[in-house]
Amino acid sequence: MRPTRFLLSSWPWRSLAYLTGGALIGFATILATVALLAAGLVLSVVVVGIVGYLATVLSGVAVGRLERWRMRLVDREVLPDPHRHPGAPGLRPWLMCRLREQATWRELGYTMISALVLCWMDAAVVFATVFVPTSLLFGPFYNREDSLWVTVPLALLTPVTLVIAAYPVTAWAGARAAMARALLAPRSDDSDAKLVELSRSRARLVDAFAVERRRIERDLHDGAQQRLVALSMQLGLARLELADGSAAATQVTAAQQLAKETLAELRELIRGVHPKVLTDRGLAAAVGDVAGHAPVPVDLDLRLTGRLPDAVEVTAYFVVVEALANVAKHSDATRAGVSAGVRGDRLHLDVRDDGRGGADPERGTGLTGLADRVAAVDGTVALSSPPGGPTLLHVEIPCAS
Amino acid sequence: MRVVIAEDGLIVREGIAGMLRHFGHEVVAAVADAPALRAAVAEHRPDLVVTDVRMPPGFSDEGLQAAIALRAADPDLPVLVLSQYVEQTYAAELLDSGPSAGVGYLLKDRIGDVAEFVDAVERVAAGRTVVDPEVVRQLLGRRRDPLSRLTPREREVLALMAEGRSNTAIARTLVVSEAAVAKHIGSLLAKLDLPPDGDDHRRVRAVLAYLRG
Repeated sequence: MRPTRFLLSSWPWRSLAYLTGGALIGFATILATVALLAAGLVLSVVVVGIVGYLATVLSGVAVGRLERWRMRLVDREVLPDPHRHPGAPGLRPWLMCRLREQATWRELGYTMISALVLCWMDAAVVFATVFVPTSLLFGPFYNREDSLWVTVPLALLTPVTLVIAAYPVTAWAGARAAMARALLAPRSDDSDAKLVELSRSRARLVDAFAVERRRIERDLHDGAQQRLVALSMQLGLARLELADGSAAATQVTAAQQLAKETLAELRELIRGVHPKVLTDRGLAAAVGDVAGHAPVPVDLDLRLTGRLPDAVEVTAYFVVVEALANVAKHSDATRAGVSAGVRGDRLHLDVRDDGRGGADPERGTGLTGLADRVAAVDGTVALSSPPGGPTLLHVEIPCAS
Repeated sequence: MRVVIAEDGLIVREGIAGMLRHFGHEVVAAVADAPALRAAVAEHRPDLVVTDVRMPPGFSDEGLQAAIALRAADPDLPVLVLSQYVEQTYAAELLDSGPSAGVGYLLKDRIGDVAEFVDAVERVAAGRTVVDPEVVRQLLGRRRDPLSRLTPREREVLALMAEGRSNTAIARTLVVSEAAVAKHIGSLLAKLDLPPDGDDHRRVRAVLAYLRG
């Protein structure tokens, strides 16, 4: 930026405003903090004193917010709020959340530095660059001690001094803003906290889906399935009353056949929604039953003792279902194998087949859907499927309970 | 025959009771949960128990657990378990629960085929083992090397054996002579390394135990 353009721009004025504001806020903070600490000290005999200390600590949050807002005077980029959402309404969750955050303590640090050092420097800079030249400008009118030979040339020099002062003002404003930004901007560990929060909420979502599936399974079992069994039974009893070979008997038999087919379909549907045996007996039993349903012979090597967390079992189960379905649909395999075991705090799951390989996650949604499922519980999927086979799918899911 | 029925669905419970009465059996108690089942068996000493797998209070597998407990307490009590699902695990647990009296695991769908269902009930009461064809099909679908040595016809015979059919019934179903059936059975038992045995029931159990590995 050329000097003239800089001097004509709004930046010197914005910097000046920023520093003046900084000085004023700093002095106000000193007064407020002293008052709060004093109140805390005085009231500490009664329990409410703690409120004074708390307010002192949290004053940083307010100052930080004000500073981030003020920063727009000298910084084109708006600083994002480093704080997390408390997660629940009300004062108490807010307090607990703020007191546990690093950002709160950084803001308190900033407030202290600002009150002890920065605001004084702001004031000094503003004083030296604005007040001193301005008072010199009016020197010839009020300064009776020095002769006009001294005061008039100084007054005439003032505009030049003011123009030159624009540079240190802006420079200090920039440096100060950089310090403020370093302390008040969100840090990576704040965003880590957000990530943890995010994966927690994702885990909650996964759990919610599992619960919902279980509910649907139960509703279908207690409702539609029972009624269909009853219907089929009633038709069977009606059939007994009818003469063999009569038109009515044929119709009733056909109706009964339909009811049976519907029951079979419903049973498959329910198994897809949530397998009962998984809830009752765990992953090994459920995988055993899936292997029993598979059209391709499946060798099982399941070293699972005890139960795993619900979300892990459900995910692993559907991985096996999907993987074996893929084997049956695409691989032309004559044999498949499933092995599973817990090593450390991770569930290792392998599904392999001796088919023609070339499985491609880009084609078809089976493999990507499977990877999505595993990712939702922070697991990993590795696939080896060279053309000509064999195909090996390796899945790991953390299962520390 | 005196029967105790446990099933939490009212329509199905009354349906089974009505059906068994229709065929001349006496339903001495029809209850809706596992504790009531145990109490009814203790009180009535029935000839047969028919129970659902899933019942209150937990809606998990209380009926199956009760059945296993009843068989452990009284090995001579025939028990028929009805399930909404084809669960080899449940069937295996039930079959493992005791060696002697009749035991059965059937899909609830079968209730609709009234005559066949009552036939299965009577076979269990007579001390036979009855396993749902669907479960047998799945057990056979699990490939084990010795099974792959069986011919398709031998597999069919094995499946029918697992359902608790006699040689006569198998011959009738497959439309072959009883002698042919006996020959198939001898051959498949040899292939499965099981010594021939005159008792249907023990034969089926041996086969199933083998399939479960």
